[in-house]
Amino acid sequence: MTAAPETVRLPARRDPASAKIVRSVGKLPLQIFLAVVALLWLVPTIGLFITSIQPSSEIATSGWWKLFSHPSQATFSHYSDLFHNAGLTAALKTTAYIAVGNTLLVVIVAALAGYAFAWLEFPGRDWLFIGVVALLVVPLQMALIPMFKLYDTLGIGGTTLSVILFHAAFGLPFAIFLLRNFFIGIPKDILESARIDGASEIWIFLRLILPLGLPAIASLAIFQFLWTWNDLIVSLTFNVQPITVWINGQMRQFSSSVDIIAPASFISLVVPLVIFFAFQRYFVQGLLAGSVK
Amino acid sequence: MSGASITAEPPPRAAPPESGGEGRSRYRAGALFLLPAFILLGVWLVYPTIYTIVRSFFGQTGYLGSWVGIDNYRTLFTTSTLTTAIKNSAIWVAVVPAFVCAFGLLFAVLTERIRWSVAFKTVIFLPMAISAFATGVTWRLMYQQNPDQGAINALGRTVSDAVTAPGVLSNALPSTTSLQNEGGGLVLKTPLHPGGVALLGLTGIAPDDMPQGARQAVKPSGQSGAIEGVVWRDFKPGGGKPGVVEQGELGLPGVTVELKDSAGKVVQSEKSNPDGSFRFTGLSPGTYNAGIGAATFAKPFGGYSWLGPKLITPALLISYIWIWAGFAMVVIAAGLAAMPRDVLEAARTDGATEWQVFRRVTVPLLAPVLSVVFITMIINVLKVFDIVIALAPESTQANANVIALAMWRTSFSGFDFGTGSAIAVFLFLLVLPVLALNVRRFRREV
Repeated sequence: MTAAPETVRLPARRDPASAKIVRSVGKLPLQIFLAVVALLWLVPTIGLFITSIQPSSEIATSGWWKLFSHPSQATFSHYSDLFHNAGLTAALKTTAYIAVGNTLLVVIVAALAGYAFAWLEFPGRDWLFIGVVALLVVPLQMALIPMFKLYDTLGIGGTTLSVILFHAAFGLPFAIFLLRNFFIGIPKDILESARIDGASEIWIFLRLILPLGLPAIASLAIFQFLWTWNDLIVSLTFNVQPITVWINGQMRQFSSSVDIIAPASFISLVVPLVIFFAFQRYFVQGLLAGSVK
Repeated sequence: MSGASITAEPPPRAAPPESGGEGRSRYRAGALFLLPAFILLGVWLVYPTIYTIVRSFFGQTGYLGSWVGIDNYRTLFTTSTLTTAIKNSAIWVAVVPAFVCAFGLLFAVLTERIRWSVAFKTVIFLPMAISAFATGVTWRLMYQQNPDQGAINALGRTVSDAVTAPGVLSNALPSTTSLQNEGGGLVLKTPLHPGGVALLGLTGIAPDDMPQGARQAVKPSGQSGAIEGVVWRDFKPGGGKPGVVEQGELGLPGVTVELKDSAGKVVQSEKSNPDGSFRFTGLSPGTYNAGIGAATFAKPFGGYSWLGPKLITPALLISYIWIWAGFAMVVIAAGLAAMPRDVLEAARTDGATEWQVFRRVTVPLLAPVLSVVFITMIINVLKVFDIVIALAPESTQANANVIALAMWRTSFSGFDFGTGSAIAVFLFLLVLPVLALNVRRFRREV
């Protein structure tokens, strides 16, 4: 090896203060590089926002970055127009119904199943669990055609419920997987003593499992909420119009509708961003639970 | 995608069997707790999966008599729109997972050395919260071809202008036939001798395009031993007489005027004055040609057509990597945090350089995490749909087609459920090996 060990090269031992300065100066290129990367990552979203507050007359001729030199041109009129647009408000309401309804349904159903897989005894339990986890691999494209036909037969195509149920089913394998693995880490003694005291399984589930499982349930709820809030393909297939589908309907004349599309898109991403910032910890935890052991 | 796709973890050992006489009621409780989940999974996942597989062997009508065997699958590999989709999906699989892993690894390792790593990670991770659809809209704005609208082409124009400045008069035309086009520039047909005068009249210049500070053009008088001339806007309100410098016609300042000798070699080059005049002095006797250099007419950067048929797939890949790099970074950073520090320290103490530590210790130890990210990305990429719809204009969606989009369009625009089912099954088969991989790991570790 040609490189000398670091301890010899740096005067770290003798003079920690100056060493700190030396080290942070040495890191300057790295700091600058990462700052540039972070800026690059932010630019598209900032661009969308600034476009959404540009006057319609300016959008076609001057890029959003030019607003920095004429900040007085900024206008929120597109937003107030949109909130008076019946189509958009209805779409927002539909989005909220789907996201909230789906999240509640998945959390309840998956918590029940997760508890059964973790703490109830019945034959073939672990194989059933493996079977449920295996369903993770089924792409939702496999179900679009049959459910489209079934909904048509049952006459529930185009309803919010049809979309909620579809999402719920496809959210379940991950949800059950996540909750079961979390529930099984709950100390056995707590459950056992409750059972000895004669508590029913429902009581244990409601009073012990749900409160103790809250961190995992929070991760799950955030995932489900974001997934359904952001969905396009399912609603598009079943003729339901949440905000993504509504915006998609405006995309045909992209250039001339930017003053609608940009603010509407920004509205659609504000809610996920707020949720993300408020619950970032749970979000990351859920992600790690899903992908790393 | 449900945000995270999963590699199954072995179930921790289940709780040991209960002793006692309540077994039967426990079974019933178990069944009741599982019932809602099994109804949903049965009706929305298991039944449709079987249906779609069976349906893929029947024709468009779907009646029992319409059995077509594997014809739908043959269609899948012979129709050009579908083969384009398969080809594009292959490109996605080849490019995206590798880049996402590389970016994730780079960011995860580098952020360990800075104080504001939390802020950095948050910024990079942010796109994960936004819908793929909104991302598509966002990037469509970035990719607009007109450099006055699309930020990327605006950046391209800045760079391009710095390298080769656009001409002062990119749209100008000669006002008379005495000026000839030559190599992108203009040259006066008639040769000149020292003492001669060159009149370079141009038209087709919009008032807005006039160079700053232009003044009334002045006809040169001629000077012995030199060639004088004027380059001017040979037009005034009402028209004016072509080829003649008139009152009300402006000189064109800043134009590069060239003087060539009889062999065609540029001997002198001058910038015109505010009144359009220029002068070449110290000339030896002979014949010369005066003209305007090609640089004056260079077209400004028009922007790359990111959303056009050729670049649409690369454009999509860039946006998609932008979304998922944060995912890889967070997962890999967690892997790094769990890594035994003493191993890294030992390597450093032994004199390994940072690069050697990274290459020989960090990466091998991270291999399981990297493979999880890689596989997750393969699955995600195969199911890509929303971003293509949002980012690709309708005119290029055929060029940007991917398997999941082809499945949707065939089924719900073309209402060919037979072929649509075949595409869905094909997609299913592509992600199936991942299941096998996971189950093997799962069983090995139970």
